[in-house]
Order: sequence, then structure tokens, then C-alpha cells
Amino acid sequence: MDIVFNWSYFGYLLYGAMWTLVLSACAFVLGGAAGFLVMLARTSQSRLIRQIALVYVEIIQGTPLLVLLFIAYFGLGVFGIEVPPLVAAAISLMINASAFLGEIWKGCVEAVPRTQREAAECLALTRWQAFVDVILPQAARIATPPTVGFMVQMLKNTSLASVVGFVELTRAAQVINNSTIQPFLVFGIAGTMYFVLCYPLTAWSRSLERTLNVGRR
Amino acid sequence: MVRSYRTGGTGQDGHVASTRRGAARQADPVRYDFDFAVLLDYWPDFLAGAWVTLQLTFLATVFGMAIGTLCAIGARGKRRWLARAIGIYVEIIRNTPFLIQIFFLYFGLASAGLRLPVFTAAVIAMVFNVAAYCSEIIRAGMDTVHPGQIEAAQSLGMSTPTIYWDVILRPAIERVYPALTGQFVLMMLSSSVASQISTEELTAVANNVQSFTFRSLETFLAIAPMYLALAALLKLSFWGIGLLAFPRRRRLGTAL
Repeated sequence: MDIVFNWSYFGYLLYGAMWTLVLSACAFVLGGAAGFLVMLARTSQSRLIRQIALVYVEIIQGTPLLVLLFIAYFGLGVFGIEVPPLVAAAISLMINASAFLGEIWKGCVEAVPRTQREAAECLALTRWQAFVDVILPQAARIATPPTVGFMVQMLKNTSLASVVGFVELTRAAQVINNSTIQPFLVFGIAGTMYFVLCYPLTAWSRSLERTLNVGRR
Repeated sequence: MVRSYRTGGTGQDGHVASTRRGAARQADPVRYDFDFAVLLDYWPDFLAGAWVTLQLTFLATVFGMAIGTLCAIGARGKRRWLARAIGIYVEIIRNTPFLIQIFFLYFGLASAGLRLPVFTAAVIAMVFNVAAYCSEIIRAGMDTVHPGQIEAAQSLGMSTPTIYWDVILRPAIERVYPALTGQFVLMMLSSSVASQISTEELTAVANNVQSFTFRSLETFLAIAPMYLALAALLKLSFWGIGLLAFPRRRRLGTAL
């Protein structure tokens, strides 16, 4: 008897989509925190710290996320820790995001005009005060569109967690396809769900970019 | 599989040894003896995998660039329906994961009766994927060409193809060249996803090797630097191509 796609399968895909969102949120929060540290290191006064951070960024950006995921998955497992796939996926996504977000934010911090920092120095603000009260608010404004754009990237990247058996949207679609064998339909629906999740972010990022650019034209 | 794996000798020994180590591991969970030496036997396989990764990247770069350029021209053209269609294509590709795209293409076509070889399926998926990104990047570059330049070219009596090639495309691509090459490096890295439809590229080879040696962590730690080397190689070649293609950079050392 042929098994065909029905509403209960659709419910399973929605369940997967929920876990995709959970994983993306974890990755964004963890990756954002780590990325902030990378950004601080990349803009540090110490040459050594800057170079270490650069090497870190180059290594992470030159390694496929899939390989990072396997390293996290097997690496933690090897030390006798039973890792749930969610943890391995969240860790590898965090490492990946930290390098990319750190580099994006470093660019944004450096895009704030030098004179702002000099003015802060003239007002006798400490380096940290100048950074938090003068540079950061302006850098955050510049950073919003690329950060939202990268969130789309992260949401799509969570699909790789399916490879270590974490049941998110892609894994759910694979499981269903294995029994129904209707790949166009199943992966089409899963793809549409990803699109529904990602497109608003893409559109938001684009509109932010436009509003930010108004003053510069 | 690219080559048949040696089952005798080291393979078997490695198996037994690693099972024994596995038992020891449970007794003492914190200690783990790294053993990269077993991987040395498999270097021809890793090399073959890296070669397949490079082939995938080369084909996807060439065709992706060509289709991306055509899409960028079409998206700015006068035909509204064409621009609309290209816009939809680009948005669909950019807002869905590559893994879903590759499954959709490979398993979808297989269920429709068209069984593509995995290598071909991977190349097609990568081309479709990277062409969408390319077209956006090139379009952004074409937008920076001042309309006055095109009018000047027209008043000099240049034909439309000449204008497109010499006045619009070449300067546009020169301006966005760093972004383009960055995209191609990212695409080389995401070619690892093709291992999921068992294309025998580097990650798939690693998957095979780890199932033979039971040294999963070492195997993936070993291919990370290989990918780094491939990325470096790619960046170096794009730098060289840039010097050849854009004489301004070579002769004057200044960007456009």
C-alpha cells in the first residue's frame, strides 16, 4: 500500500520547523555573544590579541560548517560525554556565527568616523566609556542590516543539523520522504517553510539598508 | 566510492585497536589518545576527495558566473516578465537552504525517473545556487556604472554588445570582484553538503574513512586544514585571475 503525504505529516514538518527556530535562536544568542568577544579582540589595542583573533576568524571561515559540526559532535562524544545532537549543532553554529558576526561587527565599529573616538578622548572618557557610549550606539545602527542578513544565513545553516540526526525541518522532511517517496512535494513544502521563515528577515534587512542609506545619498 | 578500501592489514588492526581503545575510553572518560597515524594510509582517498571538491568548485564557478551574469543583465533589462522571473528565482534560492535544494533536485528528479549521477546533480545544484548570489552581486556592480558612461558609449556609436561588455560588465565585475570571489570560496566550503547525496568529495571521503578507522574526531580534524588549504588555494588563484583580467590593478595597482 502506498503511503501518501497527509496532514499529520504536515504537522510533523511544522514540529520540525519549530525546532529549526529554537536552534536558530540558540545559535544567534550564543553566536552573538561569542561574536561580540571576537569583535572586541579584532579591534583590541594589543597587536597580539588582534592577530590571534584574525587567525581564529580565518580558520573558522575557511572550514565548512559541516566539518565543524562533525568535529563538535564526535569531539564531545569522544570524551565520554553523551552529547545530544542539539548541543553539538548549537555549539558548531555558535562557533561559525562568532567568526562571521565578529568580522561583520568589526567592520561596523571601524566604519564609525575616527573623529567620534577622538572627540570622546577629548572629553576625557576612558577607552571603554568611549566604546560603550559613543562608538557602540553608532556602530549598532550600521550593523543592523548585515546582522539581520546573517540571521537568514544562520537559519538556513541550521538545516545541516539534520546530518547528525537532530530532528529539525530538513530532517523531518527526510524522514517523511523516506516513507512517502514524494520528494518534490515534501522538500517543496519544507523549502516553502524555510522561505516563509527567511523572506521576512531578508525583506527587513533590505528595508533597513534603504532607510540607513537615505542620509548618505 | 572512488577507490576500494584496503580491508586487510592496517584496516583490520585499526578496527580492533580502536574497539579496544573504545573500551578503555569508557573506564576513563577524560583520557583520549589521539591517533592520526591511521589516517596516513588513506591519503590517496583524501587527495581524490579534494580533487573532486576542486572539480565541483571549478564547474560551479564557471557556469555559475555565466548564468549569474546573464541573470543580472536580464534583471536590469526592459522585459518586465523576465526581470520578475529572475527576481523570484533569486529570492527562492537565497531564502532556502542549499541542503533542501540539493535534496529537491536529486531525489525529485530521481522520483520523476531521471537518475542523475551524483556528481552531475551536485554540480547542477551548486550552479543554480551560486548563480543566484552572483547575479545579485553583479547587478549591484552594474548599478554603480554611471548612466552618463553608457550614453557616452552610445553617442560614440558602440553596439549594444560592446557597450555591455566593455562599458558595463567589465568595470562592474572589477568593482565587485572581492565580493564575488568571497562567494565562490563560500560555495567551495558548502560543496561539503554534496556529501549528503554521496558525491565523493572531501567530506564524503572523510565519512567513509571514519567508518573504516573508527577515528571520527581525528578524521574531521584532519580535513579541516585540508579545506583551509583549498580555500587558500582558491583565494590565491582568484587573486591571480584578477591580475590577469583587470589590467588596471596590474599596471597601476589601484582599484577602480
